[in-house]
Formats: sequence, structure tokens, C-alpha cells
Amino acid sequence: MRLNKLTQLAMTAALALGANIVSADEPLKVGFVYVGPTGDAGWSYGHDQGRKYIVEKFGDKIETNYVESVAEGADSERVIRQLAAKGHDLIFTTSFGYMNPTLKVAKRFKKVKFEHATGYKRGKNTGTYFARAYQGRYLTGLIAGKMTKTNVIGYVASFPIPEVIRGINAFTKGAVEANPDVTVKVVWASTWYDPAKEREAAETLMLQGADILTQHTDSAAVIQAAESKGNFAIGYHSDMSAYGAKAHLTSTVHNWGPLYAEKVQAVLDGTWKSEDLWPGIAEGVTDLAPLNDAIPADVKALVAKKKQAIKDGTIRVFDGPIFDQSGKEVVPAGSSLDDGALKSFNWYVKGVEGQLPKS
Amino acid sequence: MLNITLEKRPSDSKLMSYLSPIFAVILTLISGGLLFTALGQDPFHALYTFFISPLTDIYGWTELGVKVAPLTLCAIGLMLCFKARVWNIGAEGQFILGGLGGGYIALELMDAEGFWVLPLVLFFGALSGLLWGALTALLKTRFGANEILTTIMLNYIALNWLLYGVHGPLKDPDGFNFPESALFSDFATLPVLSDDYRLNISIFFALFAVAVIWALMSKTLLGFQISVLGEDKAAARFAGFKEERLIWFVLLACGALAGLAGVSEVTGSIGQLNPYISPGYGYAAIIVVFLGRMHPIGIVFASMLLALTYMGGEMAQMDLALPKSLTGLFQGMLLFYLLACDLLISYRIVRKPTARSTGSSSNSAQA
Repeated sequence: MRLNKLTQLAMTAALALGANIVSADEPLKVGFVYVGPTGDAGWSYGHDQGRKYIVEKFGDKIETNYVESVAEGADSERVIRQLAAKGHDLIFTTSFGYMNPTLKVAKRFKKVKFEHATGYKRGKNTGTYFARAYQGRYLTGLIAGKMTKTNVIGYVASFPIPEVIRGINAFTKGAVEANPDVTVKVVWASTWYDPAKEREAAETLMLQGADILTQHTDSAAVIQAAESKGNFAIGYHSDMSAYGAKAHLTSTVHNWGPLYAEKVQAVLDGTWKSEDLWPGIAEGVTDLAPLNDAIPADVKALVAKKKQAIKDGTIRVFDGPIFDQSGKEVVPAGSSLDDGALKSFNWYVKGVEGQLPKS
Repeated sequence: MLNITLEKRPSDSKLMSYLSPIFAVILTLISGGLLFTALGQDPFHALYTFFISPLTDIYGWTELGVKVAPLTLCAIGLMLCFKARVWNIGAEGQFILGGLGGGYIALELMDAEGFWVLPLVLFFGALSGLLWGALTALLKTRFGANEILTTIMLNYIALNWLLYGVHGPLKDPDGFNFPESALFSDFATLPVLSDDYRLNISIFFALFAVAVIWALMSKTLLGFQISVLGEDKAAARFAGFKEERLIWFVLLACGALAGLAGVSEVTGSIGQLNPYISPGYGYAAIIVVFLGRMHPIGIVFASMLLALTYMGGEMAQMDLALPKSLTGLFQGMLLFYLLACDLLISYRIVRKPTARSTGSSSNSAQA
């Protein structure tokens, strides 16, 4: 019994020492936790591109490690803790389900800095970040609205959480602005990553007349489904053109590199603080993949103009007037939804067909 | 020249049934070493990282326990079913329902204080799992529905109930619509063995269940009846054992145990309800039962081995930058070799001299 206590004490002391001593020669250790495989496209791929960006930029000054396909249950806490115990100074946990595990580990490892993507809880040594991907969604909605012939656009969605609903609404707002007759049909695949299910949902939407598809899931299955039927599709998370040269109009992409570099620099300088970052098109964190040549020049020009306006801050995507599905005006002209409203979206704008799964 | 062929043993070899998993582990280690070499790693260092380094400190052992507890609880329940040849694939659903039912009570009792809260939560968790098992028992005994199909389908239904709960009525009101419940109160949280670690008292539930089921199977008439039912249905009927009652018993017991595992997971390591409360423990437990030779002690060791492959996979990623798929490869190799070695339980390898063609033809001519 006494021996056990002693061993525990010694271990705790060793850990504490390890965490305290950061000599100038030691590289800063940066850890990443991914929810999916790094693969060739998608959410986790995008974060790994960000990791490669900082490796390139900081060279010997940092050392990075990652753990991929970490399930969002009880297992994630062990992985995060293990990274902290192995002397990582800055740890990015890149999926919503890591929120509470990250905070639990952060309480124990006070010297380590944690950054959690997509969450809303922060602590002394835990910050949060996300991208204003909805700005890109809005631009792709404009393209889809201009290019649909059937006036039906299909949207393969994962789970009805604010982030996903925000994307659907931004996309629909863009599509309806470009073409008031458009309806957006949503199918819930109830998964973040399941190529078979995503493909099935895409086929269903095309059977219902959708000639342009987009998705809020991680694989490129929707692009491939559209390609095989000669339809168009718009990707998400990363440039998915490799999966359908003809079908792929563009993708809303995340560019985590600059954001990660900023955080690493802050830790190196000793200026890191816990904050909530929500950069978008203006900061270059949200962007569009190169536009397909099938998109007419006037549509390309419209997208470029709107993108510049978002960059300049002259338009915000959710500017009034905004109507809900019943046609009631929710946001009057001249005002705009604030970030708080965007982060707790639980209703559809006009133009989306179908009911939000009841909650 | 010598030919190597397989010959059926007169009766199954008891020795081989225990040696087979050991051979399987050794073969897995050898193949794993070759695999690591092919990946450009020092095989001994890589195997050390995968299988030893997760367990070099107390923390590692406690983390092993965190995974062993739910695996063992599910597996010991499944063992009961499999002994009776009731092919219950539904521990996953029973686990989820246990977590959901217990979690629901925990959320209802958010403001309650007192030491009665936790036992009540655990009781409702186990009860929810038991009722989910009862559905299968009812369908099997009343309508003769195949339990493999019903349990698999009920697994999906259970998962969708959980999703409905966390997306709907059980959602944290302050959680920005994210599909998670609020964190449970301290009174509805399983105590941990030490504040430094995550291991909670559910490991004792698991060990206690192992002891009880072991005693049940080896010392009681009920256990004997379950074994007989599994080995020879006709004999069980002839002896007057009540088949339906035994089927009900094993399914209810397994449901309660898997439910207890589920509620222990949500009130223990997780501390809330969310859509991913099980990383597939109910399915992994099936592997554990077979790897553990359908024996309670074997199941404890098999749970530890399987849990170790998960932890080793994480270590290999962190220290050697090897991909996650290694975990799956190791689990796959282990099962593959186990099934291959299991052949030697009923068969043995014999060396036969090749029959000389001339001699044998003249012999047959004489005959």
C-alpha cells in the first residue's frame, strides 16, 4: 500500500517536472487527435494538411504527432491524456465529441495548451476554434441556384446540429438568391463518414429530381454518385475534384494551416491565451476549391464579387430579410443574425423542403 | 517422401483447446514482427511499443481496466447464452439500452442528493438491458424467431433510440442543440478508485459477475441444465429440463449484465449521454467469448488482450507514426490464427508415407 502511494507520488513528480522544463533547444511538441482516417479527402485530411503546413513552416522548432480514427467516446480521453503525458505542449482535438474529454484532461495538465475544434466550452488552458464554413456554403449555393435545370438541389446531411443546419441555411439562402424557384431537399444520413450510406442518400436525391448535389459528410461518395449519373456536385471539407472531374463544380474547403501556425507561434512566444476563434473567408481559413470550367463566366464573376464583399465585410451571409419555411419574416431587412443565433440554429430558412427532425 | 494430412481425432483434444489461443498469440506476434519489419521498423522495438509500453505504469493498467470492465461484463453474459446455444448477438443493443435507461434516470434525478441515487441509476440501467433481452426471448420462445436476426435488428433499434434521446428529449438544454445530454451530477457518477486515474468501481462489478457466473455454471443444477441444453437438446428434453425457461434465463441475464456495462460506462468514464457511448463493446465481446474458450477466467484474459490491442494501436501511432489500421490488422490476425489453430482441437496432423503406385495397384489386384 505504502509502496503504491510512493510510486504514485514519484510518477506525479516526474510528470510535473517533465511539463515544467521547456528548454530552448527542445522542439515544441504539438499533438493532433483526428476523428477519421487522414486519407485523401475530408475533415480529418484537412486538419492533417494543417499539421503539414506548420511542419513546413516551423521546421526543427516543432515536432508533431497525430492519432487518427479516435472514437468520440471514452477512448478519446485516454488518447488526449496520453499525448499530454508524453510531453506535448499544444494539443489540437479536432472533433466535437472530444469537448468534455479535452476539458477533463486539461484540468489535470495545466501547463499544456489545448485547442478544441467546433466546441463551445472553454477553460483556462483550453481554447476553441472553428471556420465560418457557412460563408463558403453561401457562395456554392449561388452557383447551384444558377446552374440547376430541375430547380431541385439535393443535400446529404449528417446530424441536425447547429453547424449542419447553418450550412444548409446558408447554402439555401445563396441558391434562392440566385434563383427564387429553387428548393433544397435534405436527406439525413445519420453518419459523419459512411461512403455506402452517403452514396445511397445521393441516389435517393437524384431519383427525386435533384440535378445538383452537395453534402455535409466526410467522404467523396456524393461526388462519385453525381459523376456516375452525369449530374453536378459540390464537395465539402477539402477539394474533391479528384473524385469526379466532370461533376465537381467546387468545394467549400477549410484551410487550417494559418490558424495552426498562429497558435504555435503564440505558444512559442508565450502569448497563448484561451479564446474562441471563428475565422472565415476574410482570414483565408474558409475558401472555395478552384471552380469547374462548366460554370459560366457570369456566375464565376458573381461568386468573385460576393466573395470580395464578404471579405470586405459589406455583406454578412445571414443579412435580412430572412424568412422561415412558413414564409414568416424572421430577420427584417437592415439587420442580421448575430453569432449567438448562428451557433444555435435549429430552424430552416425558406427554400428548404422537409421538416427538421423534431427535438 | 512424406505427406502431411489432417486426421480426425477420436475425441476433441482438451489440451489443444487451451493451447490454441497461445499458439494463435505466438503466431500473431511472429507475423506482427514481420509486418513491422516490412514497414521499416525494428520489429522488437515495435512489438514492445505495441504490447508492452501501454502497461509500463500504473496508469496504463488502470486504463486497461477501463476497457476490460465493459468487455468482460458483456462477454460473461454472452458466454451464458452461447453455452446454451442461444446465439445472442445483441449485447451491443443491450449495452446501449442500459446506458440510455440508466442515463435517463440520472438526468431525471439531476437535483437529487444522496447515496441512493447511484444504485437506483445502476438498477434501472441493468433493468433496461434486461427488458431489451426479454424482447428477444419473447420472440424466440413464442414465435420461434431466429435470435441471431432479432438481436442484430434490435441493436440498430437500440442505437436509434439512443440517437433519438440525445437529439431530442434528453439533450442538454444549455448545449446549443448539440446531441449530448448534460453532465450527470456527482451523486449519479461511479466513484473512481483513485483521483489520479479513470478506473472506477465497475471493474468490481465485472469481477463479481465473473465469479457468480463461474459458480453458477460449475456448481449449480441450473448451470448444468444450461450446458446440457447447449450440448444435446434432445437429452435436455428427455431429462425434463424446461427449455423455454432456460432460454429466458440466459437472455435476461445477458441483457442485465450488458445493461449494467452500459450504465457503468455512461455514469463512469463518459459522465453523460452522447451518440457514441459504445465503441462496439457488444460486438468485441463476441470475439472475447471465443478467444476466452467460453470459460470465465479465459474471458478475463481475452478481454485484457483485446483491450491491449486498442491501446497498443494508439501507442504505435503516437510513438512510431504507424497507421491506425494496425489495430484492426492485429485483431484480425489473432482471430484468423485462433480459428486456424482451433482446427487442431478436432483434428491432428499426421505424416503418411506416400502410397507407391505400383505396390498399391498390385495389392488391389490381388484383393
